[in-house]
Amino acid sequence: MKNRSSRVLALVGAFVLMVGSLTACGNEASEGETSSSTTSTTATESSEAESSEEVQEETALSGSILMVGSTSMEKFANALSEAFMDKYPDVTVNAEFVGSGAGIEAVNNGTADIGNSSRNLKDEEKEAGAVENIVAIDGIAVCVDTANTVTNLTREQLISIYDGTVTNWSEVGGEDAPIVVVGREAGSGTRGAFEELLGLEDACVYANELDSTGAVMAKVASTPGAIGYVSLDVLDDSVIAVALDGVEATADNIKAGNYFLSRPFVMATKGEISEQSELVQTWFDFVLGAEGQEIAANVGLITVE
Amino acid sequence: MKVETYASISGNKKNKAVVETVAQIIFTICAFFAVLAVVSITLYMIISGTPAIFKVGIKELLFSTVWQPTAAEPSFGILYVILTSIVGTALAILIGVPIGVLTAVFLAEVANKKLAMVVKPAVELLAGIPSVVYGLLGIYLLNPFMYKIELWVFKDSKTHQFTGGANLLSAVIVLAIMILPTVINISETSIRAVHPSIKAASLALGASHMQTIFRMILPAAKSGIVTAIVLGVGRAIGEAMAITLVSGSSVNMPLPFNSVRFLTTAIVSEMGYSQGTHRQVLFTIGLVLFVFIMIINVALNSILKKGAVEHE
Repeated sequence: MKNRSSRVLALVGAFVLMVGSLTACGNEASEGETSSSTTSTTATESSEAESSEEVQEETALSGSILMVGSTSMEKFANALSEAFMDKYPDVTVNAEFVGSGAGIEAVNNGTADIGNSSRNLKDEEKEAGAVENIVAIDGIAVCVDTANTVTNLTREQLISIYDGTVTNWSEVGGEDAPIVVVGREAGSGTRGAFEELLGLEDACVYANELDSTGAVMAKVASTPGAIGYVSLDVLDDSVIAVALDGVEATADNIKAGNYFLSRPFVMATKGEISEQSELVQTWFDFVLGAEGQEIAANVGLITVE
Repeated sequence: MKVETYASISGNKKNKAVVETVAQIIFTICAFFAVLAVVSITLYMIISGTPAIFKVGIKELLFSTVWQPTAAEPSFGILYVILTSIVGTALAILIGVPIGVLTAVFLAEVANKKLAMVVKPAVELLAGIPSVVYGLLGIYLLNPFMYKIELWVFKDSKTHQFTGGANLLSAVIVLAIMILPTVINISETSIRAVHPSIKAASLALGASHMQTIFRMILPAAKSGIVTAIVLGVGRAIGEAMAITLVSGSSVNMPLPFNSVRFLTTAIVSEMGYSQGTHRQVLFTIGLVLFVFIMIINVALNSILKKGAVEHE
């Protein structure tokens, strides 16, 4: 009896599989038919022709752009070049991430069209012909839990907290409570920028290395005496952003250049933008225009006017 | 109804043969999927895990304690990470197994039916809770509590780095709770499988109920309990989601109040932005974990075989 019922099951199973595959094929075929029938209607045809004309005007632009430079700008540069190549399919944007200094050198040598730099250009680099075009600003906020009485830290205090020489809030003007140092995981762009700006590359002593901005905020919010750093754009009321050297962490202060935990993202060119090829000029129109700045905001940067 | 189907299937000998063949093909395909998955995963782990071993050097990788993957001169030592996984799993077993086995004894031998009806579904429910929920409870309940203990223990310490309660102990407690259902269910089954004559003989000879449990029943159920422990180890060493939230995730020596990183959390936490050798080393960590789990499986199989021989 058992044997018979298992055979019934097997048969039913096989049948279901077969029917399933058959209907799948059927669907595809009918879909193909309907799509071909709709395209033959005149209304869609004419509108399609119009739009393709427009596209053709824009895609008349072709060629390739070579960007070389900062690894910190990798996420931003890749997002920009993807969107740009979507808009202009005949253009290829190649990006190499080898470091800010090497990027500007490549522009000055003429081997790259654009040099990405996550710092301001040095005087000697400007003398060699590079022009600083700031396309976005990276800002980092230092946050503590809401019960903390410390509202301001100097650069030296912040460095000594993160390198482990200061371990109690009383040493920087707060209550007698240990400092719980929270940071991001190795490889994170925020961590890279934070450590670079403070000159603490791989010298930070973290008690918690968390793998997302949200986790850092949650940890700082729920732990008395915790300190952490996050991108400026994600700050909310669950934590307090401390002022650095007396300057509040706001987009305005960062744009004015008063807040030290920030750095410009520069796309350097040899000579002014107006002296560049049409392709590179279009690139800068795109980057500094609404679309490019929206991408900057999406990857957590502060936009430039 | 049944008679009808019976007639329609086996009424024709040719049909019967077709059904047999088709069913066999379907079963073979299904079985092939599992084998394909195991083989491809094993191959993938070996192919992507070995390059870093040659690049970094196996001695440097396994026995160095400095983990600075993004420094100008990177260092990829995962000794502390490996030690943390071993120590953390061992501690979780030390806490979880006694509780689990005693709960199993309670369910199988001590509890009356009504009480068992309450405890049993609770244990089953525990097995169904997603690991991320354990992690969240750990962050919001366990970590603040641990931080109070930490503040008290290291009140006068000048050298201790305060972690806000995210430490090895928190992770161990979460792991111990997570392995409970596995340990309880398998131990209970093996205790219930002990032949009633053993218990009856022991009681008839004048041993008390407790003496019978600890001297006769538990030793008789030994192989089942060992299986439970090995499966518990497997569960604990492979868990990532829950402990990545509570362990602090800094690479440190696995001391109770240190922020630590496990093999699993090392992969999870840095996979996102890693590149080049750093990423390859993360795959190597996966390979190390894979080897650990293979060892556990081999151990489990040999124990099960031994148990089967004993029963015969």
